Amino acid sequence: MFTDFFYLLRKKGVPVTVTEWVSFIEALYNGYFQSSLNHLYYVGRAFLVKSEAYYDMFDQAFQEYFGGIKTEGPELDKVLDWLENPLHKLPKMTPEEIAEFQQRLEEFRKEHNMDELMKQFMERLKEQKERHDGGGKWIGTGGTSPFGAYGHHPGGIRVGGESWMQSAAKVAEERRFRNYRNDIILDVRQTKMALKKLRELKREGAQEELDIDETIDKTAKEGGEIELVFNRSRENTVRIILLMDTGGSMLPYTELCERLFSAASQMEHFKEFKYFFFHNCIYQDIYEDIANYKRIPTEKLFSQFHKGYKVVLVGDARMAYSELFDVNGCIDYFSTNDKPSIEWLMKIKQHFPHSVWLNPTHKNFWGHYTVDTVGKVFPMFELTLDGLKDAIKALTSKAKPSVLN
Amino acid sequence: MVTGQGYKGSEDYIASKPLMEIVNVSVALGKPLVIKGEPGTGKTLLAHSISTALNKKLLIWNVKSTTKAKDGLYVYDTIQRLNDARFKDKDISDIRQYIKMGKLGQAFKSDEQLVLLIDEIDKADVEFPNDLLNELDEMSFHIPELDEEVTAIHRPVVIITSNSEKELPDAFLRRCVFHYIEFPDEEMMEKIVRVHYPDIENKLVREAIKRFYWIRDVDGLRKKPSTSELIDWIKALSLGGISTDKISSEIPFLGAILKNEQDTGRFIKLSHAQGGGFGFKRRF
Repeated sequence: MFTDFFYLLRKKGVPVTVTEWVSFIEALYNGYFQSSLNHLYYVGRAFLVKSEAYYDMFDQAFQEYFGGIKTEGPELDKVLDWLENPLHKLPKMTPEEIAEFQQRLEEFRKEHNMDELMKQFMERLKEQKERHDGGGKWIGTGGTSPFGAYGHHPGGIRVGGESWMQSAAKVAEERRFRNYRNDIILDVRQTKMALKKLRELKREGAQEELDIDETIDKTAKEGGEIELVFNRSRENTVRIILLMDTGGSMLPYTELCERLFSAASQMEHFKEFKYFFFHNCIYQDIYEDIANYKRIPTEKLFSQFHKGYKVVLVGDARMAYSELFDVNGCIDYFSTNDKPSIEWLMKIKQHFPHSVWLNPTHKNFWGHYTVDTVGKVFPMFELTLDGLKDAIKALTSKAKPSVLN
Repeated sequence: MVTGQGYKGSEDYIASKPLMEIVNVSVALGKPLVIKGEPGTGKTLLAHSISTALNKKLLIWNVKSTTKAKDGLYVYDTIQRLNDARFKDKDISDIRQYIKMGKLGQAFKSDEQLVLLIDEIDKADVEFPNDLLNELDEMSFHIPELDEEVTAIHRPVVIITSNSEKELPDAFLRRCVFHYIEFPDEEMMEKIVRVHYPDIENKLVREAIKRFYWIRDVDGLRKKPSTSELIDWIKALSLGGISTDKISSEIPFLGAILKNEQDTGRFIKLSHAQGGGFGFKRRF
C-alpha cells in the first residue's frame, strides 16, 4: 500500500532505491515501526533517506502523503478504533517473497516508461488526495497498486500517545531541514567538502614510504638479503587559479563568493592556490586585490603558470555586448583595451584546458547573449553545492575543447 | 518487536526518542548505523552509550586519512616474517603467527556480540567505505594467505560516524541505516548539561543556554559553537563565580564559545549595533 509513497519520494527528489525500499518494507512487516506515525517518520527516514540534504524532500513527501491525518479530528477516533481491532493479520514476508517483490518492482519499472509512470503516479496521487479528504481511508487497502497483495500496515497507525519530542507530522510540516538541501546553500564547510574532491594523487616529495612489492622483489633477487625500497608518498598535486569578478553586478553575490574564496583558501590539500580579480570581464590586466589597484598583465598568467593549473572563474558573465566583443569595450572609463575580452577568455581556455566558469546567478537567468557566449567558451555551472560538484567533475575529467575554437 | 526493551540511552548520554528507536531497529536487523551530525552532537558518545546500555564490549576503530579498509580486517606482517627468515631463529612456516586481526576481524572472531564503532569514516580515502561493502554486508571476509574464511560468530552492532568531510558512496549508504543528529533544542540541551553538571544552579544553566542559542543564531558565523563548547563555558562560568545577571548583560569568557577571531569580531560588531554594547571593550 505504500508503493505510491515510494514514487512520491522519488518525485520529490529523494534518491530511494529498491534495495532500501525493500529493507524498509521488511522492517515494516517485522513490526519495527510499532504502528505509529512517529516511528514511520523517524525510523522510516533512517531506512529511506541517506543524507540530511534530502530530509527536506522527505518531509515534503511525508507531509503530502500522511499530512491529511492531522486535519481529520473527529474521524481520527474512528480510525484509531478500527486500528485497535485489525481485521486481518498480516502476512510475514519470506526472503523469496522479498525477491519476488523486488523482481516485480523491476519489471514494473521496465514495463512503464517514465512519462507513463509519471502520469500513473499523478493519477494515483489525485486518488490519494481524495481519500484523504474522505477521511482517513488512506489507511485502508491499497488495491490499486501493483503490490496491493500486501494489504495493510501491520497494526494500523496510531497517532500521538507517546512522548516523542514532536509529532512526526508536525516535524514534517515545519520543514526544519530546509537549510540542509544541496541546491540551496553553500556554506564554507560544505564548500570545503566539495573542494576536497578536487585532487590528483601523484608521488612527490621525500622517499619515505616502504614499497613492499619492490622490497620483496629486490630481496628475492638478492637471494634473501633484505633490500628495503622506499617510495615517495602520494600527494595531491592540484594547482588552482581562482579568477573572481568584482564588478558591480556581482555585489549581491559577494557573500557567496566570499564563502567559496575562504573555503578554497582554507583548503590545505591543494598544492598551490592562486587568486586574482577582474572587473566585469578579463582584458589585458587582472588584479591581485579586490579593489583592483594592483594590476598585473593577464599575459603573466600564461608565462607563470603551466597548463596543469586548473582555472576556476567566478562571475555572472552578464555585461554589455561591447564589453565582451569590442576593442575598447571595457567598462572603466580610463581603461582601453586593444583586444576584445572574448579573445582573452579564449586564450585562457586554450592555455588552461581544465577551466570552468561558476555563475552565482540562477540558471534561469542565464539567457543573455554574453552569458551564452561565455558559457560556450567555458563549461558553466551554478555556484551551488550541486553546481560546484559538477564543476569539479568537469575539472577532473578530460578537458573538452571549447566550442568557439 | 523491540518495544519495552533494547536501547534507551544510558545514564551519561541523553538520546532523543527517534534515535533510540533507530538504534534498536538497526541492532535488531543487524544493519550498520551511520550517524552524521554537527561536530559535538555526541556521535561518538552514542556508541559508548550503546555499549554501556546493552552491556556489550566496545571496540573502536579510529579511522585516519591513511587507514585502508584492509587494516580493519587483518594485517599480514610480511616484514617481520622476512626478518625472521633472515635470522632463522624462528619457525616461519606458520604464516598464522604473522597474521594479525584488525578491529573488524576481532569483532567477527569474538565469542560474544560486540559494539564496533567505526569512528569518523569520512577521514579516510573516498574509496574506503566501498572496500568494506561486502565485509559489512556478509559480515565475513577471506584471508587469501591462509585460504581461510573469517565469518562473524555474532554479528557485531556496527556504529559508523561521519563528520561529512567527504560524502559517503551511495552503494555503501544503501546497506546502512542513516540518522542525522540534529542540534539539540533548548529543552534537550538542558537535560544534556544536567548530565554533566547536576549540581550547578538552575538559573545559571538556563540563562547560559539562552545566551548560547542567541549566539548560535548570529548570522554568518564561520564555526557555530557546539555542545562541548557550551559545557566548557558553563563550567567556566560556574568556576568563575559569575552571577546570572552578568551573563544576560554581558558575555563573559566569550573565547570559550567562539574560537575564531573573525567570528568574535563579527559578534562584537553585531552586539554593538544592537545597542547596549554589553561591555565587550572592557573584556576583550
